[in-house]
Amino acid sequence: MRREIPLLITGIVGVVFVIQYFIPHYPFNQLNNWFSDWFSIIAACAIWLGALNLLKVSANKIYRKREDWGFSIVIIVCFLIITIIGFAEGEGFRNIGTKFDWLYQYVYTPLSSTMFALLAFFVASASYRAFRARNFDATLLLVAAFLVMIGRVPVGDAIAMKLHLPLSIYPSEISSWIMNVFNTAGQRAIMIGIALGIVSTSLRVILGIERAHLGGD
Amino acid sequence: MEQQIGLWVGAFLTMGIISFLYKDNPWYKLTEAIFVGISAGYWFVALFWDNIVGKFWIGVFDRGDYYLLVGAVLGLLMLMRLAPKIGWISRWPLSFVVGAISGFYLLNYFSSNVMLQVQSTIMPLFSPQFNDPLFTSSAGNIISNLFIAGGTFTGLVYFFFSKEHKGAFGGAAKIGIWVIMITFGASFGYTVMSRMSLLIGRMYFIFGEWLNLIG
Repeated sequence: MRREIPLLITGIVGVVFVIQYFIPHYPFNQLNNWFSDWFSIIAACAIWLGALNLLKVSANKIYRKREDWGFSIVIIVCFLIITIIGFAEGEGFRNIGTKFDWLYQYVYTPLSSTMFALLAFFVASASYRAFRARNFDATLLLVAAFLVMIGRVPVGDAIAMKLHLPLSIYPSEISSWIMNVFNTAGQRAIMIGIALGIVSTSLRVILGIERAHLGGD
Repeated sequence: MEQQIGLWVGAFLTMGIISFLYKDNPWYKLTEAIFVGISAGYWFVALFWDNIVGKFWIGVFDRGDYYLLVGAVLGLLMLMRLAPKIGWISRWPLSFVVGAISGFYLLNYFSSNVMLQVQSTIMPLFSPQFNDPLFTSSAGNIISNLFIAGGTFTGLVYFFFSKEHKGAFGGAAKIGIWVIMITFGASFGYTVMSRMSLLIGRMYFIFGEWLNLIG
C-alpha cells in the first residue's frame, strides 16, 4: 500500500504523458491538460509545505532557545508581515502602489540582488585559489575566462584600439567567438550527455526500477 | 515619503548583506533572516493567488471544472508531510509529480536536447543553392562550424566512460576535455560579469539613488 500505490501513480502518469506525445488526441490530450493543472496546484502546495516547514523549524529553534534563536523570530515576523499584507490586498497584490509592491521593491529586490552580487566577491576569491595555471587544461580555462571577461568590458576594446590591433582580434570579437563556437560546442556536448541521462532515468522511474523518490521503509 | 523610507530601508538591507565581506556579523544575520522570511512569504502569497485562487478556486466555483478537485486533494495530501504519523501519504502526490516530470522529460528532452542539438551541429559546409547565404559562407564561418561539430563530438567522446580512453579514442577524449575546459572558463567569465553587473547596480543604488553622489 505504501509503496505499490505510489509506484502505480508514477507509472500511469508517466505513460499518459508519453502516449500523449505520440497521440495528441482525446482522451490523452485532455488527460495531459488535467495532469498539468493538477501539477500546478500540487506545486503551490509544495511551496506552502516548504514555507510551513520553515515556520515549524524556526518555532522549534525559538522554543528550545538554540543559538541565534532571535533571528528565527525575525524570520517568522517577516513571513507573517508579507503574508498578511499579501492576503489583505487581494488578487491585485502585485499592482504598483500596494504595500506588497513596496515590500517587493524596497525589501525583496535589494536583498535578492545584493545576495547574488555578493557572489562576485566569492567567485573572485575562489578563482584566485583555483585558477593557478598548474597544467595545460587549467591554463585553457584561465585564458578562456580572461578573454571572455576582458571582452565584456569597454576597457578591453579601448586597449586594442590604442594598440592599433585589427578589428577581428578585438577582445569583444574574440569573446563572442569563444562564446559562439567553443562554448556552444562544449555546452552541446554537456546538454546531450545530460539529456541522455535524464531519458534513461525517466524510463527507470516510469518502469518502477528507480524508487529513490519513495524514501525509506 | 514612502519612496524615501523605501530608499533608506533598501540601503540598510543592501549594506547589511555587503557587511558579510568583513565577517559574519549580527547585521548580516538580521538581513539574512529578513530575506528568508520575506522570500518564503512572497512565494506563499504569490502561489496562493496565482495557482490556488487563479487556477483552482475560479476553475471549480466559476467554471465548474470539478476535475481540479483531484489536484486539490493531492495538494492537501502533500501537506500531510507535516504530520509525522501520516506523512507517508505525501508520497502519492510526490509520485504524481515525479511521474509527470519523467513522462514529460522522457520525450521532450530527447527531442529538444538530443535530436535538435545533433541536427544543429551537423550542418552542411556549403549549401547546394547558389543564392543561399551558406553557399557564400566566409572561411571563418566554415571553420567555426567545423569547430562546433568537432568540439561537440569530442566532448561527447570524453563523457563516454564505457570504453577506456586509449589510442585514437583517448586522443579524441583529450581534445574533448580541452573543449570542456574552454567552455567552463567561458561560462565562468560570463557568470562573473553578470554578478559584477548586479554589484554595479547595487553600488549605483547606494551612491546614486540613496546618497545622490552620482548623477
